[in-house]
Parts: sequence; C-alpha cells; structure tokens
Amino acid sequence: MINVSLLQCESSNGMDVIVKQAVARRSGRAAIAFGAALLVSGCDLTGIPFLDPKGPIAQHEHNLLVIASLVMLIVIIPVFLMTFLFAWRYRASNTSARYTPDWSFSAIIDGVIWLVPAVIVVALGALLWSSTHGLDPYKRIDTSVRPLDVEVVAQDWKWLFIYPEHGIATVNQLVFPSQRPLALRLTSDTVMNSFFIPPLGGQIYVMAGMQTRLHLLADAPGQFMGRNAQYSGSGFSNQHFQAIAEQPEAFEAWVSRVKQSSKRLDADAYRALAVPSSRHPVTYYSTVEPNLFDNIIAKYGHGHAHAGHAAAK
Amino acid sequence: MFGKLTIDALPFYSWVAMGGALVTVGGVLAVTFAVTWFGWWRYLWSEWLTSVDHKRIGVMYIVLALVMLLRGFVDAIMMRAQQAIALNSEGYLPPGHFDQIFSSHGTIMIFFMAMPFLTGLINIVVPQQIGARDVAFPFMNSVSLWLTAAGAALVMVSLVIGKFSTAGWSGYPPYSGVQYNPGVGVDYWLWALLISGIGTTLAGINFTVTIFKLRAPGMNLMRMPLFTWTALCSSILMTFAFPALTVVCALLWLDRTFGMHFFTNDSGGNMMNYANLFWIWGHPEVYILILPAFGIFSEVVATFSAKRLFGYTSLVYATASIAVLSFTVWLHHFFTMGASPNVNAFFGIATMIIAVPTGVKVFDWLLTMYRGRITFHPSMMWTLGFIVTFVIGGMTGVLLALPPVNYMVHNTTFLVAHFHNMLIPGALFGYFAGYMYWFPKAFGFTLDERWGARSFWCWLIGFYLAFMPLYILGLMGMPRRLEHYNVALWQPYLIVAALGALLILLGIVCQGVQLVVSIRQRQERLDLTGDPWNGRTLEWLTSSPPPPYNFALLPIVREIDAFEDMKKRGVAYQKPPRYHDIHIPRNTDTGVAVGAFAFLLGFAVVWQIWWLVIAAAVALWAVIIARSFEDDTEYRLPADEVQEIERQHRQAMAGALRRPDVDAPVPSNQPLPEGLA
Repeated sequence: MINVSLLQCESSNGMDVIVKQAVARRSGRAAIAFGAALLVSGCDLTGIPFLDPKGPIAQHEHNLLVIASLVMLIVIIPVFLMTFLFAWRYRASNTSARYTPDWSFSAIIDGVIWLVPAVIVVALGALLWSSTHGLDPYKRIDTSVRPLDVEVVAQDWKWLFIYPEHGIATVNQLVFPSQRPLALRLTSDTVMNSFFIPPLGGQIYVMAGMQTRLHLLADAPGQFMGRNAQYSGSGFSNQHFQAIAEQPEAFEAWVSRVKQSSKRLDADAYRALAVPSSRHPVTYYSTVEPNLFDNIIAKYGHGHAHAGHAAAK
Repeated sequence: MFGKLTIDALPFYSWVAMGGALVTVGGVLAVTFAVTWFGWWRYLWSEWLTSVDHKRIGVMYIVLALVMLLRGFVDAIMMRAQQAIALNSEGYLPPGHFDQIFSSHGTIMIFFMAMPFLTGLINIVVPQQIGARDVAFPFMNSVSLWLTAAGAALVMVSLVIGKFSTAGWSGYPPYSGVQYNPGVGVDYWLWALLISGIGTTLAGINFTVTIFKLRAPGMNLMRMPLFTWTALCSSILMTFAFPALTVVCALLWLDRTFGMHFFTNDSGGNMMNYANLFWIWGHPEVYILILPAFGIFSEVVATFSAKRLFGYTSLVYATASIAVLSFTVWLHHFFTMGASPNVNAFFGIATMIIAVPTGVKVFDWLLTMYRGRITFHPSMMWTLGFIVTFVIGGMTGVLLALPPVNYMVHNTTFLVAHFHNMLIPGALFGYFAGYMYWFPKAFGFTLDERWGARSFWCWLIGFYLAFMPLYILGLMGMPRRLEHYNVALWQPYLIVAALGALLILLGIVCQGVQLVVSIRQRQERLDLTGDPWNGRTLEWLTSSPPPPYNFALLPIVREIDAFEDMKKRGVAYQKPPRYHDIHIPRNTDTGVAVGAFAFLLGFAVVWQIWWLVIAAAVALWAVIIARSFEDDTEYRLPADEVQEIERQHRQAMAGALRRPDVDAPVPSNQPLPEGLA
C-alpha cells in the first residue's frame, strides 16, 4: 500500500520521492513510463499551477493526484490492452481464434474482477481518509511561524482583504509574507463565491452570513493569480486579484505604504464599495472600521459562524 | 393583463440572440408549413401525437431528443467559439448572453436530450424485451411524453420571448434568487424542470410497474435482459430522485415569486439546503442517465460478439449496487463548502466504492468479447470507443472523489471535462449504439453502416480533441463558465477544444446523412425477419416494426437469453394452434391536452399572468377529471385480424429467407425458422 507519510515530504524534492516510492511498489513498466512522463512534464510546464505548485498545500494536493493516478493505472492499463487485444484477436474474420459462444461464467475471474478494484479502493480510501484530514482547509499549517490573519470578503465582482493585525484593508490585492502561513477567514457579501489561488492550494466556498476558513502558505516570493471560481454574474470573468508573496521586510514596507493611503474604510466607504462593479482597481485603505468582517456576517442574521466546523477554531 | 410580458421581451438586445429567435421561429414555421403542404396533419395527429402505443411514444421521445441535441450542440459550439477568441477581448458574446448559453446547454442536454433519448429507448425496447404487449399505464406514458415536450417547449420559447436563466444548469441560489436575478430566465428554467420532472417521475413509476408486473411467463428477475435490468434500476431512481428536484424547484420558485426565504441570504434562508436537495436528485440523475447506456452496451457486446454475456449475475448485482450507492454520494458535489474532514472523507470513500461495480462491468464486457466472434457494426464501435474512453473518465472521477484533489480542480474545466467524459462516451455513445441497434425494430429497415462508422470516428476523435484540453486547462486553474480571460497560455488549448467541437459537428452531419441515405434505400434495407443481428433477447422475436400488440402469443421464457434459447430449441417461430382477440388501448388526445395546458400554465407563471395561470390550471384539472370518467379506453383486435397480420409477417419472413440477395440477411449461423413455409 502507498505510504501516506509521503504526503508530508518536502515540496522541493517531493516529486522524486513520490515517483521513486510509487514506482518501487508498482510492477508495471507502463506505470514507470507514465510517472516519468509526468515528472518530466511537471518540470517543464511552468505556469501550470497544478503541475508547478508554489506552496506545500498545493504540493501535497498535487502529489495526491499523481499517486492516485498511478494506482489506478493498475486497472486502466489492462482495460486498454484487453480492449485492443480482444477486439483484434476475436474479430469475426479470424476463424482460427477459439470461439466459445456459451462460456459466460468463471468463479475465479469473477472473484478477481471484484477483488482487485475493491483492494485498490481500500488502499485509496485509506489515503483519502488521512489526506482529507491532513489537508483540511480549516487546519492550521504546522510551523513555528505565527500565521498572518486576513479576513476576506467577496463582493460583486471583487475581493476585499482586511488585515486585522495592521488595521488596513485592500481591494483585489492580497499581499503576504512568504514562508509564513496565511490564515484566512472568509465570507461573502453577495452570492456564493469560491476563493481560489491555484498555485497555493485548493478553493473554499464563501457564503453570506457564514464564515469559512482556508490556510495557505507560499514557499517563496512570487505573484499569483487568485480568483472566484464559482459563477456569480456578469462580472465573473473579471473577478480575479493579485496574490503577492513578499519577503518579510518587503511585506512590512508594503504595510506602511498602505497605511499612508488617504482612504479609510468606514461604514460609508464600505457601502459605496459594496455596490456591484467590475474591473475594480487595486485600492488601499489605511484604516478599517472595527469588527467590519463580523458585522458583514452578522447583518444576514444567522448569528453564528459556519456550524459544521465550529470545532476547528 | 399580460403580467410582466411586454414588447421588450423580444430579443432585440443582440444580433446573435435575434438570430437564435429567428431560427427557432423559422424552424417551427417551416415544419408547420411542410406538414400542411403534404397534408400530413390528420395522419400525424391520429397515428402519432395521440398514440398511446409504447413504440410510437418511444419514437416521439427520440425525435424530441434529437431536435434538442441540435439545439444543445449549437449552444456548445457557440461557447467553444467564444472561448477560443476571447483572450483579453469580449469575443462576440456579451456576458449576459454567454451565461444564458451555458445554462441552456446544460439544461437541454440533460433534461431534454439525454432524458428523452433514454426514456424513448426504454419505451421502444423494454416491453418487447420482457414479452409484454404494452406498458402498465399506456395513457400515463403519453402524459409523461407531453409533459417532457412541454418543458422543452418552454426552454425553446425563452429564445424568442424573454431570456433564459443565467444561473447555470444547477441554478444555485442566492444567485438564482430574485434579488440577484430578477428577470424571467430562472423562472423559465424552474418551470421547464418542474413540468418535465413530473413527467419523468410518472415515467419512472410506469416502467417500474411494467417491469415488475408485466413480464412474460417464466421470466423471473434473474432472467431479465441486462437492458431491462438497467431500465428497472433507472426507473426506480427516477421515481425516488425526481421528487427532490420538483420540491427544490418549487421552493426556489416560492422564494422568487412570493418573497419566501428558503434559500435567500437573509431572514433565515440558507442556500446550503438547496445544494443538498438539488444533488440528492442530481447524483442519482447521473446514474439514471448512464445505467440504461450500460444496459445497451451489454446487449450490443453480446450480440455482436455472438456470445453469451459474461458474468450476468455480476452485472446485475453491479447495476443494483450502483443504483443504491448513487443515493449515498451527493455531497461530493460540494466538498469545498467547508464541511468537516470526517464528512468529506465519508462521502469521498462512498464515491470511490462506486468505482468497484463499475470496474466489474467493464471487465465483464471485455470478457464477453473474449473468445467471441466480433462483428464491427457501428453499435459495436460505439461500445469499444466507450470502454476505452470511459475508464479515463472513471479515473478522473476517482481523482475528484479525493477531497484534497477536489479542492484544486472543482469548478474548473477539469470538472467540466470529467462529466462530459462520463456523459458523452458513457451515456450518449450508448444511446447512439442503441439508436442504430434498435432502429430496424422501430422502423423496419436498417441504418447505413458506413455513415454510421464515419459519424463514430468524428465523434470519438472530436471528443478527445474537445475535452482532453479542458482537463489540462483545469489543472492550470481555469474556472468553468468564463466569458473571457486574460491568460494567454490557455488560448491554444481552447482553440484545440473548438476544433474538437467542429469535428463533433461533422459527426452529427454524418448522422443526418446516414438517416437520409437509409430512408432513401429503405426498400433494399428492409428487415423482414425482425431479427437483423441474430439477436438474443425477445424484442427480436417480433416483426420489424412490431404489430400494435407486439406478441400474438406471449412467449414462455426458460433462459436468460430467451430468444436465443428459443431459436436453439427450434421453437422460436412456432405457429400457435389458434389466435385470440387482443385488447389494445385506444389512442387519446388527453395526453396532448395535458402537455399543452401544462405549457400554458408554465408560460403564464413565468410571466405572472395570473388569470391565465388559473385558466390553465383549471383546464388541466378538467381534462384529467374528464379522462377519469372515460370507460371506453380499449378496443378489441379480433383473432382473425391478428391471424392475418401474423400470416403476412410469416410470409415476408419466409420470402426473405429464400432470397440471398436481400440486404441484411439472416446470419448463416441462425437455425432456419421452422414452420414458415
């Protein structure tokens, strides 16, 4: 069975370890070839977030995809081979092939075709259970560095980021230090959106009157595209933002730059911002009304955070 | 007087929308004109539209499906064209039009193409496969058809009057709520689903009862042909799943129209309830669509391998367990909603478990081919294309069932590629295989195989070109439903996908040519034996097309492949000692009336023309009550007329066997029918 701890390997050499270990467990040559092809393409296809992850969460999710694909080849490759082989060998014109028109049952074969997929599903099920818990978006990322809290609000058709620690807010630009976990609390002040920065990790729905959570981490400084992945109306195609990972010093410098902005996010400014708009420019607010995020949730009257995950706090 | 309906409802907002409206209106006018010109109205009305014969209802379902396939495909190719050019530009479709197109594409393909297609095939085939003379409730069958047609008509009318929904085929609130979507589009979508959904529930009940109660003597459950088994499972799923859709649509309509708060953001509404209810219908729906196709593949692979189906019992248990499990996995459609890892893992594992019976089925089909004598009829080609392509979709399905992978590719084109991978090779290829396989049964002549093969290759290659790039784009993080984008890296893939759509268009053209060519050559392509493929199941015992009563004498079943068994024992064509009078349900116009009033009701509700709502509802109620007072719903076909019909069939069959030059001859390994001369 696949070793689940694989998922915890370092992202820099993750691919090699995965492929080596997975290959060691697979006998089929085709699996090796496929893995090698994936490995090669993974190095070359830069700019493809999933094949070129920029943080440990995305890396682990990516590794899981590769492992599961390799395991499933145990079933897929025989199906391919048998289809072509049988179709060719038992074509009607080939009268030399054996023909057994009434042969329709074999207990051994029946056993094998139920058992092999079942064993694979048990193996993948174990992997699924541990990886789903390990990569729970609500779970804090296990490092010694204190995470940066950011509150995210989806609006039509833009993203508002509130930095409670610094008392600042931005629109359509999320700047954060690399190698420091990002702890996001998210909600929507409009229809359901899905918050997604592909190179860093998976998405999470954001819904009005409710709070969801997401934890991400960037390995190194870089600029990524983040966006809403859930259709939300005519401005949907433009609803993307810059996610920028910076060195800690550069991040601090950026914070002081935002603090010099003349704009303040008070109640009136928020109401004006919440009016639907597309292609909203990046905007900095030097101050934010206290408890703005919680008030946005509270105004829909649910009166509690997303219940399913209360324990994760 | 006209509620919200004003002159502004006409589609003058864009040239493309106006073009769509003109084509729709022009098409309706052209058909009306042609039928009038040739004087076909009386024939069409008395022989088809009012028919309660399951075979004719089946044909009408499939005609509806093919018309809607064209409409849905036009939507598809428009989207592909838009995305191929819309890098840093608006393309040729504004967002308000593009979103109507992806909404109607999904709605049409699922509810008004796939559903009628499979219901039509089940209608034509199942009663014959189980040796029955009709379905359990022939009149209800007609009502089901016309309710489905009424729903389809509502979608088509939205092209001309008003706009269609922009909320996608799954219509998630709060976006589909009245606060964010005040127009009539979502109401059109809701009422198309409500009306056709009730039709589908009725069809599910009808076929469940038919299969349980009307099987020929000796056909116990474990002797039913695989297609009947899958039709049974599908019908049970329809009966239990569709009411959830009806309820969720009704609740959303109450939200929208009467200011209720089931799914709104505020006042205690919660859209998560919508997601639950919708997918409690939505996931079984996937298997409603795909199980009958599995049944078709099972029939086709056995017939064209000239061999018994391998692992019949396994296939039955696999089918039944898929049907049961399909109700346990709905949450995998929203892993990203923030449920706890325990919940996500539970539903992820439940989803993976479905891969086991599905895998078993694939191997059973392959082992049916093993040591067979395979003829590459296009139906068999669709089956082989399905097996190879479907396992790729199965693999991506298991990937999507892993919650952490799902977080990455959910809502991207990877997801779009996955479900098209299941529904095109999985379901549609099966329907096409069934269409060619049973066409002679429905119409009495075979379809051209060369054009069938051409269409297969266009569809298969077109499919790969159109959807493999979408898998890659999904891994690149491209969300679905983008009207335009700013990532240059995506464009080459989208251009390839558009080329794939063009190739599929060519495949559809080939199917059109095939139909025309075959109709023109129908005299040479006649199937006089009723058994053009050396079939194994009872539908090949009847003549092609079958008489209204299907079987003059109900067959007695002793084996799984009942007809093959009868041929082997030399009793397939035995002449009965004497014929009996047969009772046949009388045609009725009530089904059409129910459909027409339901359409009127839907249209009136959409535009909030309340007096018309009341009038249509009263009329609907009145025709149904009036029908319940009708006692004279059957007529008697006298024994000597039955005898004459049967005599003619036997004569034609004997003639066919004596002439080796006839196209589609009886295969040489078939024992000569006895008692024909």
